[in-house]
Amino acid sequence: MTTETQSLAPVPEQNSVPVSLRRKLRLGEGLLEAILFVVGFLTIFVTVSIVVVLGDQALLFFNDPQVGFREFFLTTQWQPSIGQFGIWALVSATLTTSAIAMLVALPLGLSSAIYLSEYASPRARSVLKPILEVLAGIPTVVYGYFALLFVTPLLRNLIGTENLGVYNMLSAGVVMGIMILPLIASMSEDALSAVPNSLREAAYAMGATPFEASIQVIVPAALSGIGAAIIVGLSRAVGETMIVAVASGATSKFTFNPLEAAETMTAHIARISGGDLSYNTIDYNSLFAIALVLFVVTLALNLFSQWIVSRFREQYE
Amino acid sequence: MQTETPQYAIETRNLSIFYGPFEAVKDVDLKIEKGKITAIIGPSGCGKSTLLRAFNRMNDFVPTSHVNGEILMHGINLYSKEIDPVEVRRRIGMVFQKPNPFPKSIYENIAWGARINGFKGNMDELVEQSLRGAALWDEVKDKLKESAYALSGGQQQRLCIARTIAIQPEIILMDEPASALDPISTLRIEELMQELKQNYTIIIVTHNMQQAARVSDFTAMMMLFGETRSGTVIEYDKTDIIFTRPGDKRTEDYVTGRFG
Repeated sequence: MTTETQSLAPVPEQNSVPVSLRRKLRLGEGLLEAILFVVGFLTIFVTVSIVVVLGDQALLFFNDPQVGFREFFLTTQWQPSIGQFGIWALVSATLTTSAIAMLVALPLGLSSAIYLSEYASPRARSVLKPILEVLAGIPTVVYGYFALLFVTPLLRNLIGTENLGVYNMLSAGVVMGIMILPLIASMSEDALSAVPNSLREAAYAMGATPFEASIQVIVPAALSGIGAAIIVGLSRAVGETMIVAVASGATSKFTFNPLEAAETMTAHIARISGGDLSYNTIDYNSLFAIALVLFVVTLALNLFSQWIVSRFREQYE
Repeated sequence: MQTETPQYAIETRNLSIFYGPFEAVKDVDLKIEKGKITAIIGPSGCGKSTLLRAFNRMNDFVPTSHVNGEILMHGINLYSKEIDPVEVRRRIGMVFQKPNPFPKSIYENIAWGARINGFKGNMDELVEQSLRGAALWDEVKDKLKESAYALSGGQQQRLCIARTIAIQPEIILMDEPASALDPISTLRIEELMQELKQNYTIIIVTHNMQQAARVSDFTAMMMLFGETRSGTVIEYDKTDIIFTRPGDKRTEDYVTGRFG
């Protein structure tokens, strides 16, 4: 037996073939690593630079004797022409339009994601998903005029022209919701489809209906991906400029009433920076302060949604 | 000796299962006895799992699949139009090859199925009873709130059995339930099956012939069928007959390991 095994698996004689285990110089590997490092570093560098520039310029604004932290954060009037810089007038409009957008996009986006992933036949999905993704490619200026020229008149008919002006946050928010809907639907659908089929089978084998399986097993299992979709959607809503610039008005006003017109942080920056501004004036520097606040608001909302999602997430492996 | 009036838990008549135009399983006539363990054995790709999944209509999720013939339970064809597949799956539970607990707590894994099936009684009691039934209670009683994913593979599989018996099906289908487990976990599952058959009818698909010989009362031998590559049951009898004096030469070759 033993001799047979030996003859079947011959061991190469030692020293007969020189086996080289020495380190080889692999130039391509090293080069690639260097390139990847530089590119990765650049991304971080650019982000950090933006924050530094924002902070630096914003500091000029806060050091100006005409304004101070207190006025900036504690008053609610934004009228640069008469020296009023209360950021809340702009923040309120950003929060209101973003909230309306999420109110529209989240239920509709999640529902269509669940339909596409759990109910639609493979054929229906292969048609519907690309269409959804095309929607995400429409330029936002188109959405802006869609809001102003189609949705606003429609809403004014419904609610009454005396209650709703030509410029209002409701219409802008709704259309912004339509804009981020395909994003949320598509990303959530990816997350739902990534849930292992074994979980689906487990739920159905327990006598679950498709609705019970989707809502109680598959959606909770996909929640981290759905959370990412919500965060990306929310960030786009807060940062969206064109729709609000066109449809929600150019007068800053501290209000959370969606029927009123009010200017968001982004729309204000876009409008003011379009006009004549000389370097290092208070108007000019105020833009950087707004941008910094916008940055902080986005970051805070992201952290908040991450925290919400982590509380309800169910992890599979 | 039992009285010779066998009761059938489930019965197939001329059952053929198709994926699109392909006939995966052809002309199966099986009478599965109540309160017994029936093993389905045969080479890979011969349609064992397809047949098993036909019993609780899991093949419905394969869009192109359809069935000819009948599967009868209490004399009712499970594939007739007025049958609700959700109700079928509630009566015929299933344990899969790879343990697939829900990403929830151990407690919730069992409570969820009971809840969606309208269980109104004492949930704590049901969870304990089901875990005891699956010989898992002593190992998990102090960590019911922990994730099911913290358990070992063998424990996860017993949890899957526990959640299945929590909804009190009549039949439990097992699709190679121990193939992903180590020998000790496998042994525990096999012992558990012997206890479960007091209350349930079990149908098990297995690649492992020793396992079929050890645990089952009846064995169905499946084989691919000539040119069409359809699988069918070539012999079905008491397990000791299949393994000692099979009637079919192909069965004999297969169970003795001489299959080419």
